[in-house]
Amino acid sequence: MPSSWNELFITGEDAPAAAEAPAEERQGFFRRLRQNLSKTREALGAELQASVFQTLDDEAWERLEETLIYADVGATTTAMIVERLETEAGSGELSGGEELTRRLTEIMAEVARPGEMTIDLRPHPTVILMVGVNGTGKTTTIGKIAWHLQRELGKSVILAAGDTYRAAAVEQLVEWSDRAGCDIVRAAHGSDPGAVAFDAIEAAKARGHDVVIVDTAGRLHTQHHLMDELTKVRRVIQKQIPDAPHETLLTIDATTGQNGLRQAMLFREAVEVSGIVLTKLDGTAKGGIALAIAQELGVPVKLIGIGESLEDLRPFDPDDFARAIIGS
Amino acid sequence: MFDTLSERLQSALSEVRSHGTLTEDDINKAMRQIRLALLEADVNFQVVKRFTAAVKERALGADVLESLNPGQQVVKIVDEELTALMGGAGRDLVFASSRPTVILMAGLQGSGKTTACGKLARHLREEHKKDVALAACDVYRPAAVDQLVKVGSQVGATVYEQGTGRDPIDIAEWALGRAKSEGRDVLIVDTSGRLHIDADLMKELAEIKKRTKPHNVLLVVDAMTGQDAVNVAEQFAETANFDGVVMTKLDGDARGGAALSVKAVTGKPILYASTGEKLDAFERFHPDRMAQRILGMGDVMTLVEKAEREFDEKKAEELERKIRRQEFTFDDFLDQLHQVRRMGPVSGLLKMIPGLGSQLSGLKIDDRELDRVQAIITSMTPEERANPSLLNGSRRRRIALGSGTNVSAVNQLVKQFGQMQKMMKALSQGKMPSLSQLARGR
Repeated sequence: MPSSWNELFITGEDAPAAAEAPAEERQGFFRRLRQNLSKTREALGAELQASVFQTLDDEAWERLEETLIYADVGATTTAMIVERLETEAGSGELSGGEELTRRLTEIMAEVARPGEMTIDLRPHPTVILMVGVNGTGKTTTIGKIAWHLQRELGKSVILAAGDTYRAAAVEQLVEWSDRAGCDIVRAAHGSDPGAVAFDAIEAAKARGHDVVIVDTAGRLHTQHHLMDELTKVRRVIQKQIPDAPHETLLTIDATTGQNGLRQAMLFREAVEVSGIVLTKLDGTAKGGIALAIAQELGVPVKLIGIGESLEDLRPFDPDDFARAIIGS
Repeated sequence: MFDTLSERLQSALSEVRSHGTLTEDDINKAMRQIRLALLEADVNFQVVKRFTAAVKERALGADVLESLNPGQQVVKIVDEELTALMGGAGRDLVFASSRPTVILMAGLQGSGKTTACGKLARHLREEHKKDVALAACDVYRPAAVDQLVKVGSQVGATVYEQGTGRDPIDIAEWALGRAKSEGRDVLIVDTSGRLHIDADLMKELAEIKKRTKPHNVLLVVDAMTGQDAVNVAEQFAETANFDGVVMTKLDGDARGGAALSVKAVTGKPILYASTGEKLDAFERFHPDRMAQRILGMGDVMTLVEKAEREFDEKKAEELERKIRRQEFTFDDFLDQLHQVRRMGPVSGLLKMIPGLGSQLSGLKIDDRELDRVQAIITSMTPEERANPSLLNGSRRRRIALGSGTNVSAVNQLVKQFGQMQKMMKALSQGKMPSLSQLARGR
């Protein structure tokens, strides 16, 4: 399971040693994530500790349910997880609060890990398509991925400014391309996003870029004509490179509730989403909807966003995620 | 995936009618369904608990003999309680006696503040005839100032901006000074998105509030927000003591339980709802309609109002006459199509019909299909529109070419039109065809 950028991306080369995240930084990040999440628990008073399980009464199970519901895991997935744990506890396989908490974390991490969690960069060029609802952080995520690929993994990146709809979206991406020091293909406001993707891939082929990242305008999954447009962008990409886009990432805002499941479902129908980027985990929201998406749709989270700075986009770690949700 | 609560309750309480009154056991069954539905709509867990307790008390012992359907009875109670919880003593925007009225907008990143600023500016210009200026205080997100400038020019509002180099607190104060000296009616202050737990940025927000002394502070909340909505609202209430909420992205299929949670926990009313991509998709919030949305009961009131606004009585009378005399032509059809479409996207309209909302979740209604229909009809000559029997093969080929469609699309439309004429004949003779007949006719 990937815990650093080098492990997340399969480059087919030896990783430059310097880019490996030092253990200290990793700990710093987890501490930060946990700190943020502990604020939630204080705020809600729904603390779940190992001691909860000292007595296995109805109240303990109810409190577990509550914790998962508060994390936006959703009623269905919550029921499934609690039931699994309850069955195992009932058959006497588990004893003691600590063991139950450990097993709970395991079950949740297992649910959060339904498929391939790495991103393969061996195709040349690799095309990454970025989709999502308005305001979930697509452009920012692209900027950060580009920065990491370009500056840390030494890849040559080109961006396709495919959000030709929102006012100033192109300008926002141009700023990111300056920061990352990568190329960008842009077109006039209101022009065809498929054409922008086309031009970027042509440019990547001609100039030998390693990775093409295609931005798209944010859209609500209920707007059929905009979803059809997205399918068309994908088709345009596929025509140029048959097995592309190699990766289609859907950004989901961690504060999203049960609607996140609908989002994932309809975006997957339109463009075969291969991974989720769970953004804005630095607030008090725990992003439990990602668990529901993994459980019900089998789409794994690949990256998480925990802040505004460049280092705050990270590979997803299911175990940490599970621990963070139950606050152990 | 989303069954309506009313369907669920009816199946849960289907056997109740036999014993006349709701027993404790029945009520518990119903409460479980209500709890699930509310949680699926992202209503806060605590709020759900309190709410079901209140509903239970009212429902216990309720006489169901009088109502035909105990499920409906409980739905009614739930609906009333929800509306009461969400409405109550709200307040409107406050306009200052001396210009300008200051409105401060705040919220998390990506909740839609900048767009909401533009929409509110447009709303105040159109509905209240106010001269509106916008202050660009989001200096953190790349190109946010550009976005506000663009949105401002689209809605005809002046934008006060100083780029991203200055402190947002200073920009806000400077913008207020300009709004005063230029005599604007309203100044809307756009701020950058901030996390409710980011102490520095929350302090900055408090400072902007202190310097600009806004008459209204509005919190912008994404309708898709989950359980966290309450934390966010509580923190913003503490720092900025906001007066009301703007719910955004209500055009999606989120149930919007966040609205209920925020109102229940902070007591602040939802003032506006943002319902679409276009800048005029912005309306006053109606608590009763939101209650029905959360329950999946459709939104008949909005639909009726929209229809009223677009309905042309004279044309309707003429249409009725034509239908009676069986003179309904392609031109009339086109006219009808225009009228319906003025009310908004058809897919959106259908969602408002009770009971249809859930059935439609898998069905795609493509508004572009209607574009094609319009293109085909407008490619016909006036004679052809009045008398479809003229449409032979070569005319159909010409129409297909002219409308950018193909002959089979033209054929299909002509066939459907024929069926519609038959149906209208039946209707005018008082024979109402069943819906399934209609569906088969397609």
